[in-house]
Amino acid sequence: MTENPVTDDAAEQRGRLSRRRLLGTAGAGAVAGAAVVGGIGVARAGDHQDEATPDAALGYPFHDEHQAGIVTPAQDRLHFASFDVLTESRDDLVALLKAWTDAAAAMTAGRAVGSGTATGYDSPPTDTGEALGLPPSGLTLTFGFGPALFEKDGKDRFGLRDRRPAALRPLPHFPADNLSPARSDGDLCVQACANDPQVAVHAIRNLARIGFGTVAMRWAQLGFGRTSSTSRSQETPRNLLGFKDGTANLKAEDTGEIEKFVWVGEGDDAAAGWLAGGSYLVARRINMHIETWDRTSLREQEGLVGRERAHGAPLSGGSEFTELDLEIKGTNGPLIPLDAHVRLAHPSQNNGTRLLRRGYNFTDGSDHLGRLDAGLFFIAFVRNPDEHYIPMQTQLSSKDGLMEYLQHTGSGLWAVPPGVRDGEYVGQSLFA
Amino acid sequence: MFLNKTVATCALTALPLSALLSACSLTESNKSAGTTSDGPIAVTSSDDACTLSSTKAGSGTLKFTVKNTGSKVTEFYLYAEDGKRIVGEVENIGPGLTRELVVSAKPGSYVTACKPGMEGEGIRGRLTVTDSGRTTSVADVSAANIAKATEGYASYVKHEADELLEETTAFVTAYQAGDDAKARALYPTARQHWERIEPVAESFGDLDPKMDLREADLEKGQTWTGWHLLEKDLWPPDTGNRPLSKAERARYADDLLANTKTLHTRVQTTTYDLTQLGNGSKELMDEVATGKITGEEEIWSHTDLYDFQANVDGAKEAFELLEPILAAKDEELEEEIDARFDALQDLLDEYRSGDGFVSYTEVTGPQRKELSDAVNALAEPLSKMTGAITQ
Repeated sequence: MTENPVTDDAAEQRGRLSRRRLLGTAGAGAVAGAAVVGGIGVARAGDHQDEATPDAALGYPFHDEHQAGIVTPAQDRLHFASFDVLTESRDDLVALLKAWTDAAAAMTAGRAVGSGTATGYDSPPTDTGEALGLPPSGLTLTFGFGPALFEKDGKDRFGLRDRRPAALRPLPHFPADNLSPARSDGDLCVQACANDPQVAVHAIRNLARIGFGTVAMRWAQLGFGRTSSTSRSQETPRNLLGFKDGTANLKAEDTGEIEKFVWVGEGDDAAAGWLAGGSYLVARRINMHIETWDRTSLREQEGLVGRERAHGAPLSGGSEFTELDLEIKGTNGPLIPLDAHVRLAHPSQNNGTRLLRRGYNFTDGSDHLGRLDAGLFFIAFVRNPDEHYIPMQTQLSSKDGLMEYLQHTGSGLWAVPPGVRDGEYVGQSLFA
Repeated sequence: MFLNKTVATCALTALPLSALLSACSLTESNKSAGTTSDGPIAVTSSDDACTLSSTKAGSGTLKFTVKNTGSKVTEFYLYAEDGKRIVGEVENIGPGLTRELVVSAKPGSYVTACKPGMEGEGIRGRLTVTDSGRTTSVADVSAANIAKATEGYASYVKHEADELLEETTAFVTAYQAGDDAKARALYPTARQHWERIEPVAESFGDLDPKMDLREADLEKGQTWTGWHLLEKDLWPPDTGNRPLSKAERARYADDLLANTKTLHTRVQTTTYDLTQLGNGSKELMDEVATGKITGEEEIWSHTDLYDFQANVDGAKEAFELLEPILAAKDEELEEEIDARFDALQDLLDEYRSGDGFVSYTEVTGPQRKELSDAVNALAEPLSKMTGAITQ
């Protein structure tokens, strides 16, 4: 921390940006520009090589070329929400997106929703209040549009049918799927990530509140531990299987690969030029059979994953970031078994595809049998799900040895529009 | 319905008994009165050297941390003084990786060996174990006991395969003749013979998906065959189901019978090692915990309790064959598992009806939870059995 040249600035910003100070200052809502906050986030993400305790004052700009929360270094906490649109009015939908944009810009900068709006003592406060006094905590809000927004039951709900991206279709049934409709799909999605769970929950709560009447929450998911790194400045975390997860994940620093595998290009889809600079968000709620996994020998656990547990090195040797050797053999065949997860997910087995994953561990209490209702809430951002996700998941679902301990229970695919420029609203290119 | 998976063993099944014996270090007990105070012995295995941080150790539990600093896959062996009988081994150590070996050693002379490239005699050295005062009880696990367990299991599997073939033939005959009532009566009991030996069937990767795949596990474009296809046809859902034609019935039933015959043929020559017995027992309880307790295995017939009982039968058979060896190694664990099997069986017996069991739809939520708790209580100590036997 001490070598970080922006620390002092950050402390100063913290003072300027705290909700407490702002609320105490009349009309202060317009004070803090998101770009200033962004300066901190960008500098920190770039300068830090060592794992640092997430800085609560950390902030990321809401207005940018791409939406934040994709290549942004993965925060520690997630609150993901899916919404159904209730209205049949395109104008109402656009009005909601504008209101969400204003609220998102405020909250990601650490400001209260509607700050600067005078409300009387007899009115409910515009902001729900639980994040008052809390810093931005690295909050990012990432918005997506589901297939049914463009067409539902054959109906062109908002005059968007002709602009539906070809790849935006409900994901196919993968072998062993056991999806609950109550945890799948939705017209809109919002991914809220922050280093403080209260800040993430506050954001979804306020967006849901703003949306009453226009949208209704369909389902939501809390995540408590990031299972991927999206920057080389971050240490690889562990998932609930106890193994490091996402070692080979695409990182923000891999700019060429990010262009190739994450951002939708200008000419990718003639009907959906509005999506250029955006991406697709794949979400999968993957339950783990925690209890039976915990009864499995370390030998089998490591064989199924393809890495050793202690440090995350591939079984073929080396250390965590050593490239896999899929050929090297031991006494019973390849050191990395044929059904090992790392083998089947490896780019060489998937047409060279690399994924940018941004998943989180989750636990939703216990199920009716007293088992932990826990697992991985998988999130990936891909340029084209038809090429970069569906083939890989098809292979994993049918061949991955780990599937014996996994069950997919929720699913969704959304098109994530490009970033919001100053003065624009979320997804404006779609409605232009 | 498990997906095929790698069966990890400490010895190849093709090895003669003597090799099997030594490779699993079965003649040494892992029960020692204490751990060595000397700390782990660091072994460094390069492509041309094998260095130990100490060539002397006190008797009791010895821990080696074997680091491969070479470029080839390596192994580390601890032999008895004769340099032949294996006391312990750790294999498949990739370059740069470190693995641990824990053995229990009496005072005496030992031979160590690193085998970079997994070939030949290896780079050998000496290790002297002096009397530390920590007692090391050496259990009497005879080759006869091991043979009794593994051969006993082979007989059990063959017997179940015989019964499976006989009852599947009867089931298929009734089904093809359109005698659905009879086919429905035969279905759950015929399947019990499959469920008792399912880990063996799974070890032949191709048969399990052809014979026991559930509809939800189908891949796109994959043809659904086997027991559960016929199950759905015999217990059709109220809506959205097309009954199979006579020709389809004949084809799918013949296919199931042909695969059953293949299984029957294969198990005639299959042999097993202790690790497979131990892991197979544990896997059967995993099957219960993830598939039967939830009612996912037999979603049309709801005969899950028959499968449940059969999985427990198979797990218990393997346990009972291993019991003398486990008792010598870790009596407390043996007694705990034994008691938990009894408790689970008592609970299952409450759901008996006639010659079989009640429909799983009659088992309430709280009752399923109670069954699940009993399964967990058994499966947890059972999961420790293989390690206790082989370490």
